[in-house]
Amino acid sequence: MKRTGLLSRLWEFQNNYGYISENAITEIAQELNVSKIEIEGVISFYHFFHLKPTGKYIIYLNNSIISEFKGFSKVKAAFEKETGCTFGAYCKDPLFSLFETSCIGLSDQEPAALINFKPFTDLTPDKVKLIIQQLKSGVYPEQIANNPKSKIQYTPEESKTVFFRKYLLGNSLKKLKTKNPEAILKTISNSELEGHGGAFFPTALKWKSCKESSDNKKYVICNADEGEPGTFKDKALLNNLPGLVIEGMIIAAYVTGASNGFIYLRAEYKYLLKKLENTLLEFKQKNYLGKNINGIKNFNFKIKIIVGAGAYVCGAETALIESMEGKRGEPRIRKYFPTDFGYLGKSTIVNNVETFAKAARIIELGAKYISSIGTKKSNGTKLLSISGDVAKPGIYEIEWGITINELLQLCQATSPHFIQISGPSGICINNTEFNRKICKEDLICGGSVMIFNNFRSITRIIENYVKFFKEESCGTCTPCRAGNQILHEKIKKIKRGICTTKDLNEIKEWGKIMQLTSRCGLGQFAANSFMMAIDKFEDYFNLKVAKCDDNCKIEFDMQSAVYDYDNLIKNTQFELTE
Amino acid sequence: MENISFKIDGRVCSAEKGQNLIEAAKQNGIFIPTLCHFKHLNPLGTCRVCTVKNNGRTIAGCTVNVEEGIDIEVNTPELLDARKAILEMMFVEGNHFCPSCEKSGDCQMQNLGYETGIRFTRFPHLFVDRIVDARPERIVVNQNRCIKCKRCIEEVRTNDGHRVFNFTHRGNNTVVGIDYEQEAKLSETQAEHAMHICPTGSILVKGKTFGKPFGDRQFDFGPEGKMIPLKEVKKHKTTNKKKRIATTSLAGCFGCHMSMLDVDLGLLDLLEVVEFNKSPITDIKTFTERCDIGLIEGGCCNTHNIEVLREFRKNCDILVSVGECAIWGGLPAIRNTVPLEDCLKEAYLNSMTSEKGETIIPNHEDIPKILNKVYSNREVVEIDYHIPGCPPNANHIWNVVKHILFEEEYSIAYPEFKYD
Repeated sequence: MKRTGLLSRLWEFQNNYGYISENAITEIAQELNVSKIEIEGVISFYHFFHLKPTGKYIIYLNNSIISEFKGFSKVKAAFEKETGCTFGAYCKDPLFSLFETSCIGLSDQEPAALINFKPFTDLTPDKVKLIIQQLKSGVYPEQIANNPKSKIQYTPEESKTVFFRKYLLGNSLKKLKTKNPEAILKTISNSELEGHGGAFFPTALKWKSCKESSDNKKYVICNADEGEPGTFKDKALLNNLPGLVIEGMIIAAYVTGASNGFIYLRAEYKYLLKKLENTLLEFKQKNYLGKNINGIKNFNFKIKIIVGAGAYVCGAETALIESMEGKRGEPRIRKYFPTDFGYLGKSTIVNNVETFAKAARIIELGAKYISSIGTKKSNGTKLLSISGDVAKPGIYEIEWGITINELLQLCQATSPHFIQISGPSGICINNTEFNRKICKEDLICGGSVMIFNNFRSITRIIENYVKFFKEESCGTCTPCRAGNQILHEKIKKIKRGICTTKDLNEIKEWGKIMQLTSRCGLGQFAANSFMMAIDKFEDYFNLKVAKCDDNCKIEFDMQSAVYDYDNLIKNTQFELTE
Repeated sequence: MENISFKIDGRVCSAEKGQNLIEAAKQNGIFIPTLCHFKHLNPLGTCRVCTVKNNGRTIAGCTVNVEEGIDIEVNTPELLDARKAILEMMFVEGNHFCPSCEKSGDCQMQNLGYETGIRFTRFPHLFVDRIVDARPERIVVNQNRCIKCKRCIEEVRTNDGHRVFNFTHRGNNTVVGIDYEQEAKLSETQAEHAMHICPTGSILVKGKTFGKPFGDRQFDFGPEGKMIPLKEVKKHKTTNKKKRIATTSLAGCFGCHMSMLDVDLGLLDLLEVVEFNKSPITDIKTFTERCDIGLIEGGCCNTHNIEVLREFRKNCDILVSVGECAIWGGLPAIRNTVPLEDCLKEAYLNSMTSEKGETIIPNHEDIPKILNKVYSNREVVEIDYHIPGCPPNANHIWNVVKHILFEEEYSIAYPEFKYD
């Protein structure tokens, strides 16, 4: 076995035995000729791998903020009551193990859970009761799982639709026959395509850099590790138009000269694996994958799917590459672009699912068509995943330049108050900004739009974010690892009502330090929403804090400081009189 | 080898093309502090202490290779503060009890604390319970002190190339895990090497600690003549001719008071211009007059400490936390990682000296209640100045007091600025 096969090997053990035992670790370490701690380090990095035995059914309940507002705690309690197990504990129950997990890409159908990686959506305590009864009676999860399909709520008029229009397999690939890679790259460049994962890096530049690399082996990687809470648009593409995404990858391979491609699929979307594999097979049968593709001499390309194992940070391209190499998914230092030094040290392009799909449409429809849609700087359309306090959550294909107000009307939001754009690491906006446009010129959006109404507690929203980052940080650099823990202490202070304006200022100062010094995007953006919320929802926070001047008197909470002692003494004295 | 020129803080420097920035800066006489950077190792970029700006963009200095014409900022106020903040984060994230640490005086992190003049941390201490692992054959790993710099992970390998250490878990639970099997294969020299490259006291070789006495340690004296400036003391105006000082010891050991007495003959000078009010030195129990300076030793571990501290705040113009316990809890705060219930049960019910079958934890309305954790004075009242040390050097205390009373410009000599 090569090190690159480590993740899939670990999955074998995890799937077959429910955990990865000491013996398994020894066996793998010997095979790879590395120390056991190195393997253990990899296993413990990913939260879908377990070092202790689990039950027959592993239940992962999503704890994202959307889930929290839609009844997470009741559903959680119901799971614990019905199974008799505790969340996060390895109890010796042979049937069930319960764990919380970060967003699983079902924000439009929360609360949702994965049971043995099969989706169960719109959960209620009653539903949970039924599910557990059925599982206990021997029904397989796949028999009763829900359809995870997200509703496509909106597409622009047909002449302006890019993604969700009629799709015929191979339509874009046909164009490759008559155009050389340079011409294709030119088209991509003319369309001004940018990475739709959220970073908006010019795609043509990335491809060009890989194309010009002299490496003998090059790789094309599709980043299907969409982990930003509130996002599920990549899932919709993989589910509805897997072929389009694959075509995009083939085009990228044609341009760059790569002969190997990978789809890094997040484990949360394992239920899409079969579909993707079937699509790949179909492509092979039609000679769109394999050797001399589509009759083009020496154009050889194959695609392999790699399943992740539960780590948000692996959505960062260098962390994803590390993960594919069978290591802990720690982002690399900012020294090289993957196109210079990528997978196994070779020139690699990593693009988001949506970027590949759009690239395929650009080749199919022409750069002109795409450029005629959208705004000056943002061409074409964008897929948004809308969730939260709206009547119509789901997928929206919007023309760049749509205003928040228009969007709110489309999805029928009820008294929107706090809107999170691009997920927790993005930005939050208040109701004075609802006339802003979604596009590069104004408000860029990676795909997640979470809408919260007037009645939702902003403290809870922010706390959920901070906890998320605290757990999902890779733990390598100080400001991100320690910073998120420190910010969590501030949240606790706000919740206890002993927060002062000085604390709020400190949050902003400390957040800036995290932004300035963190190693990768996760740490740099982790404090963003918190800092912004303090300014944008000033009235809310003003009610939460005690005003103070420079010389502010700090409120010491004596009652809570002696609570433990009083309790303990009460109990020991009681024993005495008995 | 091509020589190139580039700028650091506006100064033109020269180095070999592609040289590591930290080394290149050093050659040009500019010190960029680092903790994870270690000679031949690939740049790790984990600790972030060396954060600099490269053409306006922040980046870890150890990951930069110098190029012709790059413009590096190192010592701007923003970066100096960020660097200090990262060190402070390390101090609050782990449990760094310098006075009881074997590596104290030889600890690179502690030394950077002195260099950057950290007197107290702006962040709250997290007091996470972490283990001390003595199971390995040759070494002890104290997770309380680990800053996850990755040096040991990359550097320490067995003769057949196997790693001995590796990160396990992630997020706030990330720890450096040890492979016991591989560790057993290390030679004594290799194990000692591991101890030496650790920038803190996290990796120790059994039986090889406390090697050097106080005064012989690597960072005891620092660069000769180096001074750490006094800052952040409020301007203080009084009309009293005779200034008044009050002192107290809360959850401390009176060591800081001992150190105050070590001011020696200086005390005689002092007594000419000041008088001591409430203080264990004078045995005056209650404030009789308003005081100019209150010197507080020790943190707050019970309700009585809180009351005394509040009283001091009320009666003193300037409050000074003297010593580690006053600043952040110090040694008494070792209990902060353990629940109060376990502490008291261990002390009164299950200890080796308690009676068999003992059920009573002493309690009386006259006995102050024990708080759920030891609080630093900063968490209870506003503190104006901090004097680190365990105990602080007598000269340090004396200089601060002089500075406050007479508004004398003064700074602390490096060897007098200590955490232990």
